[in-house]
Amino acid sequence: MTTTVKAMRTRSVRTRGGLSLRLDVRASAVVVGLLLAALGASIVLIGTGDFPIGAGDVLKTLLGDGEAGQEFIVRELRLPRVLVGLLVGAALGLGGALFQTVSRNPLGSPDVLGLGQGATAGALVMIVLFSGSAAAVTVGALAGGLATGFAIYLLAWKRGVHGYRLVLVGVGVSAIVTAVNGYLITKADLVDAARAVVWMTGSLSGRDWTQVWPLLGLSAVLVPLVLGNARALRMMEMGDDVSYALGVRVERVRLLLMVAAVLLTASATAAAGPVGFVALTAPQLARRLTRSPGPNLVPSLCMGATLLIVADWASQRAFGADQLPVGVVTGILGGVYLLWLLVMERRAGRI
Amino acid sequence: MNDKRSTVNRLSAENVTLAYDQRVIAEQLSVEIPDNSFTVIVGPNACGKSTLLRALSRMLKPSEGRVLLDGQVIQSMPAKKVARTLGLLPQSSIAPDGITVGDLVGRGRYPHQGLLRQWSAEDERVVRESMESTGVAELADRYVDELSGGQRQRVWIAMALAQQTPLLLLDEPTTYLDIQHQIDVLDLCAELHEEQGRTLVAVLHDLNHAARYATHLIAMRDGKVIAEGAPGDIVTAELVEEAFGLRCQVIDDPETGTPLVVPAARKARAGAARGSGATGAAEPAGGTDAAESAESAESDESVNSSGIEAGDAVGAAAKAAAKEGS
Repeated sequence: MTTTVKAMRTRSVRTRGGLSLRLDVRASAVVVGLLLAALGASIVLIGTGDFPIGAGDVLKTLLGDGEAGQEFIVRELRLPRVLVGLLVGAALGLGGALFQTVSRNPLGSPDVLGLGQGATAGALVMIVLFSGSAAAVTVGALAGGLATGFAIYLLAWKRGVHGYRLVLVGVGVSAIVTAVNGYLITKADLVDAARAVVWMTGSLSGRDWTQVWPLLGLSAVLVPLVLGNARALRMMEMGDDVSYALGVRVERVRLLLMVAAVLLTASATAAAGPVGFVALTAPQLARRLTRSPGPNLVPSLCMGATLLIVADWASQRAFGADQLPVGVVTGILGGVYLLWLLVMERRAGRI
Repeated sequence: MNDKRSTVNRLSAENVTLAYDQRVIAEQLSVEIPDNSFTVIVGPNACGKSTLLRALSRMLKPSEGRVLLDGQVIQSMPAKKVARTLGLLPQSSIAPDGITVGDLVGRGRYPHQGLLRQWSAEDERVVRESMESTGVAELADRYVDELSGGQRQRVWIAMALAQQTPLLLLDEPTTYLDIQHQIDVLDLCAELHEEQGRTLVAVLHDLNHAARYATHLIAMRDGKVIAEGAPGDIVTAELVEEAFGLRCQVIDDPETGTPLVVPAARKARAGAARGSGATGAAEPAGGTDAAESAESAESDESVNSSGIEAGDAVGAAAKAAAKEGS
């Protein structure tokens, strides 16, 4: 037997066996809405390009009975690109939500902390010093992101991460790494420099199945791991002491989630380049939509995926296929949002 | 596992050394929390009372010695199991943005929940009862940020209650509250102790509140317990002077008959208190601090004799005045 009880703004589903699940109604609606939006935008995006395909044909091809010509374009060229976009957006949204919740600060997100720059440094080393292959660049970016995350961890970690301490350390690290990146570019020859700059903007063009599988595999491990600790993370919002008292193993959960967040961010950056500001804005926008306290992990994940795909579609729509990398669009949108956020925080007296 | 020990009390600290990084706060400290008591820990600033409470609630791991809960070393127990036995209301707690009272109190159920047991009928009942017994039930749908300080403290206590622990530790629960709300919170604690039979341990600043509400008082100074027992037995002018370096007299509280500490008048203390006051407020540890206070104590020695005389005279006058009043 199943009973539904209204408890505040949430609904609980209970079975006789003692199982009970709790759902935030509004947050669930937001998640469903975002998923539909992401799906819709993906189909439109697959149909967009030098060779436009109608949404109906896209669906038909995806389900396996389209024309041979369309099949190649859809399955080999555009579907993997869209999947990379969805996965990268989801990873950035989730990683950003984790960083912001653990640091208890909206500015404590990977963009501001310099994780993107760190991954860029790793990629540039591969491009400029070794003229490495695409795979080598990916590995370099991943290593760079992880190394930066580790450095921030070492510098900012003193009995836990504390809001502005983490942000300030991150800004410092970011400045250093940006300088290193500048040096690497000036050292590069013209071809490598051009390749480096394209990579640094963050773009989905030319992404194929070799980017999809590693990202998908990593997400399949990390997302359940993170969501399994979501309830503990929710407690940690109330401060270390309170969450300790409630039986959360604060240090362990925090370390685990930070490592997961760094991995998610670094692998997303390795796949698509440093796509700016998705990690900063997605959790904030998700929270505004759900109006629910807590880390809002799943809504942030969905928001990240939707944001990135819509931004990519907007850039293709406005400037033509592969004319404008998606990182430019998210950078402009995110920059505007960041300024607005700073003004609001200032008004609220928090800065 | 369950070795029978001489102690019968559920919570105790045995020869613990407590330190933050290299700074030692207390050494070889042993404390028993009597079951079903309302224990209050008092002492001057930096005497280690909050540190002791942190150790008892397993937030600070003793560098030596051990804290025992139900006969087991507290650090070795599963975190959620401890959280179902021992609750803590810390000084620093953050209400998440946009959270309602009902949601916040509901979070106290965390140690009783799991991935497949997220919100049972039991959870709902306990949360309602916790809000009722702290008088915040009608605030359930209000946002925590819009409440007054006193109301907010009640909400946090409700959250700790929802944890349903037989032992509840409170770290300075009355700080930052005005007098009416201080009494309000302490009355609530006394109620929880008397009516629900919970063991309460609180750190309090106000000696008179401690003496009035505690059933068991622990007085600390420089990381050591200098007296413990029922307030009526241990609160004397000598103890207050030893613990806080404050000259005072102790009279019967006209309302409750518990000890009431009345500090000596300023003039009476003028000579003596400056010297002893400095030692009273001195931090433990820190070689320079100790040296400084020793120095000031020395320099004040010359004025001491006259100060004591004056103090006694005024003290006698105050005693007479108190008698007249009663």
